[in-house]
Amino acid sequence: MSELLVVEDLQKYFPVTRGLVFQKEIAQVKAVDGVSFTLEAGETLGVVGESGCGKSTMARCVARLLEPTGGKIIFDGHDITHLGRTQMRPIRRDMMMVFQDPYASLNARKRVGEIVAEPLDVHGIGTDKDRKRRVQELLEIVGLNPEHYNRFPHEFSGGQRQRIGIARALAINPKLIICDEPVSALDVSVQAQILNLLKDLQRDFDLTYIFIAHDLNVVRHVSDRVMVMYLGKPVETGTKEELYLEPKHPYSGALLSAVPIADPTLGRARKQIVLTGDVPSPINPPAACRFHPRCPRFVDGKCNVDEPELTPVAGAKDHAFACHFPLERWPMGEDEIRRTPSLAGSVD
Amino acid sequence: MALLEVQDLHTRFRTDDGIVKAVSGVSFELDRGKTLGVVGESGSGKSVTFLTVMGLVDRKSAEVEGSVRYDGEELINASGSRLQDIRGRRIGMIFQDPMTSLNPVKKIGWQLEEAVLLHNDVSRDEARRRAIQALQEVEIPRAETRVDDYPHQFSGGMRQRVMIAMALINQPELIIADEPTTALDVTTQAQILRLMKKLQDDHGAAIVMITHDLGVVAELADDVLVMYGGRVVEEAKVDDLFAQPQMPYTWGLLGSLPRLEQVSARLEQIPGQPPSLLHPPRGCAFNPRCAYVFDKCRAELPGLDPAPDKAGHRYRCHLDDAERERIWAAKKAALTGVEGSAA
Repeated sequence: MSELLVVEDLQKYFPVTRGLVFQKEIAQVKAVDGVSFTLEAGETLGVVGESGCGKSTMARCVARLLEPTGGKIIFDGHDITHLGRTQMRPIRRDMMMVFQDPYASLNARKRVGEIVAEPLDVHGIGTDKDRKRRVQELLEIVGLNPEHYNRFPHEFSGGQRQRIGIARALAINPKLIICDEPVSALDVSVQAQILNLLKDLQRDFDLTYIFIAHDLNVVRHVSDRVMVMYLGKPVETGTKEELYLEPKHPYSGALLSAVPIADPTLGRARKQIVLTGDVPSPINPPAACRFHPRCPRFVDGKCNVDEPELTPVAGAKDHAFACHFPLERWPMGEDEIRRTPSLAGSVD
Repeated sequence: MALLEVQDLHTRFRTDDGIVKAVSGVSFELDRGKTLGVVGESGSGKSVTFLTVMGLVDRKSAEVEGSVRYDGEELINASGSRLQDIRGRRIGMIFQDPMTSLNPVKKIGWQLEEAVLLHNDVSRDEARRRAIQALQEVEIPRAETRVDDYPHQFSGGMRQRVMIAMALINQPELIIADEPTTALDVTTQAQILRLMKKLQDDHGAAIVMITHDLGVVAELADDVLVMYGGRVVEEAKVDDLFAQPQMPYTWGLLGSLPRLEQVSARLEQIPGQPPSLLHPPRGCAFNPRCAYVFDKCRAELPGLDPAPDKAGHRYRCHLDDAERERIWAAKKAALTGVEGSAA
């Protein structure tokens, strides 16, 4: 396998300005602040975290829909970090996005055929006849009736619309597809259909995915490797097995234990870390370890003074975490949750 | 006597295309202090059932039949003012999207006070005191100052807390929550669910939890209704439903759920789409998507029959018991087998 995507120390800061005419920068929102990862061809990287942790911004930087503030993005051997629009154009053929909201991401006034053919138009691929044939083929691949070529998006259900979004992403045979919460808006049974479809397509077309979701069950199901993000930084990365069977960072532990279990007996038996409050504002993130105000294992004088680095787990293939006092066992015992979380982490 | 008794409820909407049978003969009971989980896909009629219960469907376009008895009082065809008196005071409601359910140009405190003043003969000051207390109860930090904030100054999870505070402010006996955690992060969802449980313990309110997430149902509910195509297709105690589900649709829902405790290569999927309630299929509404369908399913609607030796467990399915047991045993083995190897 070869490396398709290398991201090094990616940063994206948004300015906070004041003043209408003479805008003065008064602060920065550090939405993404030092994310690094490598993605092999044919792999799926799952990215999880609460809203506001920078996962979508990270994905948009990688797709170069946003200009990164710092760091490096190397896609398929090319440094694309600061390429301009025209220079990006040939590279965009290999990189597509599927968005969360299947209602908002399809132009309501265009027919399905036009929507799916749009990437072909943009890149000037094929004649009209070729395009039509290709679109019908794509509709068939994603499990829609090719005859529905002339329908409008409103004639389809949520799951079918997401299939249209996927067909559009597939139109020009990309290498990388970035899925930003592709199933969050769907019912479970439809969600299962879309997840299975994404897996089949990966197998058939050798796709690489970055899969962003806040549902850990979904991420586990589709990913080979997982990155947990908190306030713009990765706090734990690892293979799916490492992260789900032996989470080290208390935040990963909190996310995992917060997932409702569809089994009343198991659900009653487990221990939960319930985080209080929300993700703090990235304008003024907590000092040192950014998770410390909400952390159940916070130690005063260490966690709020000394920022933990992402350190690899000894002997593990890919597992790394940024924490001074990682979880020792999983599932957690009562003693692992050392103190009751305070309200210190709630937003202002 | 049960707090809420619904008998053979029907709701039909007249539309330009014909009559949509959104709810067709739903019956259930809910006792004080209990939680009823209502599961189903979009369009299964779960929300409309409870909008009808609360008298919130527009009677100009909807026909409603059946009986809804709340604490012994019939609510169908009750007067608008009587319903308004019950809603907000004795029945609290929590909706999915807190951003659209809160008024963006009014302060949180004003909106909470309004709920108090509408139903109680108290002063503004007293109403404000209760508003602050309600915010404290849902664990909003610095409630005394935040009461003067606008909805946009709150995060999604906090707004949902405000909605809960509003639903609880008059200490209702029944809370109807329609997908209250669907738009939230898992961590926030866990906070909200825990909060609802705690408030139920403190005040003894009954909760109706409408959701499509079987995980949420397993966490919170005592009894469960599974709805499909405007009908209840299975009802059971929560443990029975997860241990011994009887209806192929419920199997499908359980199988299509990606789970943390199991690593299967592929999710079981329910093929196709939920039925159109404008032209529902003949016979069992699930028959076009069911893997075990046979002729009888296409001709005849199965009754809501009791399951063998489990009190209160009823389901709609024509499959015979031996066959059903065999299929579920095989499915369960597939699920738990993978579970075992993952542990």
